[in-house]
Amino acid sequence: MTFRGPAPDAVIVGAGMLGAAVAYFAAAAGMSVIVVERGSIASGTTSRCEGNLLLSDKEVGPELELAHYSQYVWRGELAEHADLWEFEAKGGLVAAASEAQRAGLDALAEHQRSLGIRAEPVEGPAALREIEPAIAPHLLGGVYYPEDAQVQPVLAAHHLLRLARERGAEVRTHLPVTGIRIVGGRAVGVNTPDGAIDAGAVVVCAGPWSGDVARLAGVDLPIRPRRGFVLVTEPIPVTIRHKVYSAEYVENVASSDSGLQVSPVVEGTPSGTVLIGSSRERVGFDAGFSAEAVGRIASAAARLFPVLADVQVMRTYSGFRPYSPDHLPVIGEDARMPGLWHAAGHEGAGIGLSVGTGRLLVQAMRHATPDVSLLPFRPHRFADADAA
Amino acid sequence: MIDDSTRQLCFDGRNVPFRPGQSVGAALAAAGISSWRTTRVGAAPRGLFCGIGVCYDCLVTVDGRRSQRACMTPAHEGQVVASDDPRRALDEPGGPNA
Repeated sequence: MTFRGPAPDAVIVGAGMLGAAVAYFAAAAGMSVIVVERGSIASGTTSRCEGNLLLSDKEVGPELELAHYSQYVWRGELAEHADLWEFEAKGGLVAAASEAQRAGLDALAEHQRSLGIRAEPVEGPAALREIEPAIAPHLLGGVYYPEDAQVQPVLAAHHLLRLARERGAEVRTHLPVTGIRIVGGRAVGVNTPDGAIDAGAVVVCAGPWSGDVARLAGVDLPIRPRRGFVLVTEPIPVTIRHKVYSAEYVENVASSDSGLQVSPVVEGTPSGTVLIGSSRERVGFDAGFSAEAVGRIASAAARLFPVLADVQVMRTYSGFRPYSPDHLPVIGEDARMPGLWHAAGHEGAGIGLSVGTGRLLVQAMRHATPDVSLLPFRPHRFADADAA
Repeated sequence: MIDDSTRQLCFDGRNVPFRPGQSVGAALAAAGISSWRTTRVGAAPRGLFCGIGVCYDCLVTVDGRRSQRACMTPAHEGQVVASDDPRRALDEPGGPNA
């Protein structure tokens, strides 16, 4: 079946969290959109992550600004739907194991506070245990972030797409994009096995596969997969109350190392299972199991919470974060190919950043000045750097 | 030949017979006991679900060791099996770190 109606304002490639967010805000703004997804809704990175909405792990800069803005969207415009996607303001606790780490956390927290983010110093091991009674005694203190939150990302993507459909959007799954249609140096639609879909704009929301989609338009987008594992424990009594991680997580998020990096991130869930991350490694799209990664995550988590040493891991899963060389997403129109837009490359923060990204991208598509400058996220910046 | 009916484990103070090779979960089910744990949210009853060690729904305390999968634990003579209390902290007596 070929699309036969009038050409929509935009065709969105990918029905993960980013595609869903862009579709929602576009439809809410009165734009006509078609979402094309080669698999099913939320079948990629969106269903293989933890659904973090974190401010705590963001260095001062454009990503923190986007995270702050996204929090405002999650808790403002989208607040009425919070229960649909299990929005939980569980709060984040970052713990330091050394004085050097503690000084680093304090400095970061001070910057974050200057931007209006709540970052409360936790002075000493006793104060740390007041927040998390089971945390390891060797930890010296840290910073508590009451605004850190979580959603169930698969529910969030499905519901945003449902809300978009109620506003006229069309979602077509199991339909791969096989080409990007270019007329006069401008992207004007996509080709699919069911025929061509012409549109006012093409928006690439394909997560770690976005580089492959952009290449169909002859554009180089250096988004690469970065694999991560998550461990799920047996259900246990309430033991861990917040999202808790060690200071080295902030360092690993910001690192560009392609080798295996592990830093513990531990959180309880309402059902009693404990989710434990995190690992980062650049191994292409190798979806195999890594005993080394899983073993090191488990050991690191047991150092953070010694009580976990005797808790059984029920299963593990892994996913591919869309890694960008400068750790910033690509958001906006591609100057090398007018009509081609991107919303991808948020690495491990895509769920949290999705709604801010979608809202800002749609503002830009409608020629409004975005609430937050998209300049640091311009998709062609890597080419600028090559040319420089 | 040993009379199978003489083999018994103890579940929450009640004698439950088992046959050689049976799992704790199978013995409980054969005795008409279908639930020995409740969920944290809503206190819904849980017992055997997958029966093959994957779902961790049938967790039970066996001889003082918490969170054992009833479907994967062979039944033994004199074994003491106790239903799990989801409110008992991990470091309370009877927990794995006790």
